[in-house]
Amino acid sequence: MEKKSFVEFILDFYRYMREYEISLVYEGEITQPIIKAFLSLTETKMMQQEEPGAVQRKVFHVMVECLQNVSKYSDSSIEQNYLYAGMGVFIVTRSAKEYCITTGNSMEKGKIDELKKTLEYINSLDKEALNELYKKQIKESQLHEKGGAGLGFIDIKRKTGNNLSYEFMAIDDEFTFFILTSSVSRI
Amino acid sequence: MDPIIISATEDTPGIRLDAANNIFEISGRSLPEDVVKFYRPILDWLDTYAQSPNEHTVFDFKLSYFNTASSKIILDILMKLEGIHNDGKKLTIKWHYPSDDEDMMEAGEEYADIVDVPIELVEYG
Repeated sequence: MEKKSFVEFILDFYRYMREYEISLVYEGEITQPIIKAFLSLTETKMMQQEEPGAVQRKVFHVMVECLQNVSKYSDSSIEQNYLYAGMGVFIVTRSAKEYCITTGNSMEKGKIDELKKTLEYINSLDKEALNELYKKQIKESQLHEKGGAGLGFIDIKRKTGNNLSYEFMAIDDEFTFFILTSSVSRI
Repeated sequence: MDPIIISATEDTPGIRLDAANNIFEISGRSLPEDVVKFYRPILDWLDTYAQSPNEHTVFDFKLSYFNTASSKIILDILMKLEGIHNDGKKLTIKWHYPSDDEDMMEAGEEYADIVDVPIELVEYG
């Protein structure tokens, strides 16, 4: 990193830290034992902070769905690019207003359109339509080999009531970095 | 028929499927790494049980948390129970939820909406 951009990064980071309390930052392999450790850590912290039960449960659920998504779907076949091989990023922040749960993982570029379409569609639905979609999906879907039922994003939006925000940042010709943030309102 | 008794862990539920003692229960948290692998023996057991079920089966769901992958499997379990019900044996499904957990209550209502067997909602705590 250049000197100037590093200084800017520090300043941005400082500004961010003033506004948001970062509860957890992780970069590396995301596996079930690691997911369990994050869950237990975050639960303990929320309990100490006497967060209402409903908020605790929603944060727990969003963490499970997002982290299991990364562990199941992150395209780890890019060993040639040592920066991103099999890696995920995970951040939990807390402000007076909300918890934000962010995951980032690499994926093949070819999958962007479909994922974008799914996320846009889910974001466009209200609670009632989401309930209908969830019911339809749970009845019709088959669990695929990775054990997903395509219900995760739908359920995050309907339980939190907040839109999913996302970005795709190009890594190279073949891969993109997918960043997903879900928020759980505290007020 | 041999019972299935599995202790709960941080990410897998406690299971008790015991035809001889007429106890059928799933409790705790369900977010296994591989839901299909975890629930396969349970679904198989229910298939066998459904061939000659007890006169009155009371099935208790007492989950404090389940992920979306488990929610699909829970529906599979309910469908198998539906089969017992349709064969004319008595079946009671109880969906227990903590009094302060609206989402867990709504999940029970939602399943009741999807399957053709009555689900009793039971508040606790």
